[in-house]
Amino acid sequence: MQIELKNLVRTYETVHAVQDVSLSIPSNRIFGIIGLSGAGKSTLVRLVSLLEKPDSGEVFYDGQRVDDLPEKEIINRRRHIGMIFQNFNLFSSRTAGRNIAYPMEICRYPKEKIKARVAELLELVGLADRADAPISTLSGGQKQRIAIARALACEPDILFCDEATSALDPKTTQQILALIKDIQKKMNLTVVMITHQMEVVRDACDYVAVLSEGRVVEQGTVKDIFANPKTNVTREFMSHLTTNTQSVREDGVVIWSDVPAHYTLRFLNDRVETPVISDIIREFDVVFNISGAGIQKVGDTKMGTMVCDITGSPEAVNAALDAIRERGVTVEYEEVEK
Amino acid sequence: MTAAMWNLIWQSTLQTLSMVFFSTVFSVILGLPLGILLCITSPMTQGGLKPMPALNVVLGKIVNVLRSFPFIILIIILFPLSRVIMGTAIGTKAAIVPLSIAAAPFVARIVETSLKEVDPGVIQAARVMGSTNSQIVFKVLLPEALPSLVSGLTLTIINLIGYSAMAGAIGGGGLGDLAIRYGFQRFRPDVMAIAVVVILVLVELIQFTGNRISSRMMSRR
Repeated sequence: MQIELKNLVRTYETVHAVQDVSLSIPSNRIFGIIGLSGAGKSTLVRLVSLLEKPDSGEVFYDGQRVDDLPEKEIINRRRHIGMIFQNFNLFSSRTAGRNIAYPMEICRYPKEKIKARVAELLELVGLADRADAPISTLSGGQKQRIAIARALACEPDILFCDEATSALDPKTTQQILALIKDIQKKMNLTVVMITHQMEVVRDACDYVAVLSEGRVVEQGTVKDIFANPKTNVTREFMSHLTTNTQSVREDGVVIWSDVPAHYTLRFLNDRVETPVISDIIREFDVVFNISGAGIQKVGDTKMGTMVCDITGSPEAVNAALDAIRERGVTVEYEEVEK
Repeated sequence: MTAAMWNLIWQSTLQTLSMVFFSTVFSVILGLPLGILLCITSPMTQGGLKPMPALNVVLGKIVNVLRSFPFIILIIILFPLSRVIMGTAIGTKAAIVPLSIAAAPFVARIVETSLKEVDPGVIQAARVMGSTNSQIVFKVLLPEALPSLVSGLTLTIINLIGYSAMAGAIGGGGLGDLAIRYGFQRFRPDVMAIAVVVILVLVELIQFTGNRISSRMMSRR
């Protein structure tokens, strides 16, 4: 299902929640919409999911205009939309299994079919044994899994995720994102993820639109946006990113290269502040390839650690190592497999 | 205390129970739809599914006027109506009409408040899945609000016990009637005391049962 938004505008009294938003959301992909709170994300998702009508502008699903459909058809259209929320929004009056059954009940599926599909969906989200569990007994991650199963019950062609991972811890967030990605592939879904977390965009989305003050300020593939962010809003989001590829060792050293290096240099105290490496490069004919570094406080002193490879002629490397030691830096050599 | 007197107390208790039972049933039949209507016609910002400002205001006013009417005056006004519906304006049967009409707006408000307490997010989820308004009311709002509705119903029954004692004053029978006629007018404080104790026990019993059911429901969620 491809979604096209044309010049959407929605104003609440004096608040311009969404101002002239045009977006093309490709079929069968995960599309992220990122913005701070108040940027108009929630309003936008309500417009796209047909919960609200825009003041002006148009919404198209696969080229068919849907925002101006009569109420009855909108209700039918919604039955092919799945949505999950930050607060899960499960029915507390129903067990986990009966929550999943709800959308099928309102679409008047036969009882046996509902029963079979609930079991199938519970299996899909990995909670096959929790069918009869009251909602309050589930953890946040489990609740979101049930919500995902419920959203998928009537085999939707679109899945909206409205801050779906914002109430979850980082580990659970990753599990839920992995589940969404997995389901997207299995079910040929168009997924629209509304979020304020750049991690979610980075780890799950193919495309992203950056929303600020009700407008799209930047959009493109996630790769392009990450490689070349054009607006301050985007850069600001990226500056809060936490790492996912660098591994932080217990001594605080961040290793960013997958290739292991031979040398570990340890800088103590004031050596931390001096340009030792630059001096050595200027003096000797060697090349440093730094694959990790970090700094640690040991009592009152700072200790810097650097993991690197030094290449050049054997004489030059040895001379350089001597010069490094002379400057009060310890050098450790380690045999590594390349 | 003669056996006849005990028998009278027993008969009065049965009368009170039947008055309270039937007026509860009828006030719920009147008040529940009214409460649902009050909730769904309220403005969108208050969780109205189908905002109808004019109807909402009119219904709200009717409910408020009925609720602020002193019960004893309501009974007198509704005498003719009792005669039309029940064929009599005195006795237990006749009292059910004003009791039901007095309690209905109370029930309506309780239903309205309970439904409005349902998490708007849950309603949004139901809407986005393509629920019709009636599906939202019957499959989401009412089940989600059930524990709160049970507490409200408990309160209604207890109020009706109080009202039914007042209805006794104008010939409705029941424990209130007994307390006034024997206890007060015939100087039998012992009868009055027993009538009061029986009412207290009834109230206590209903409160206890209501709380039990409500908390039982909550613990299963």
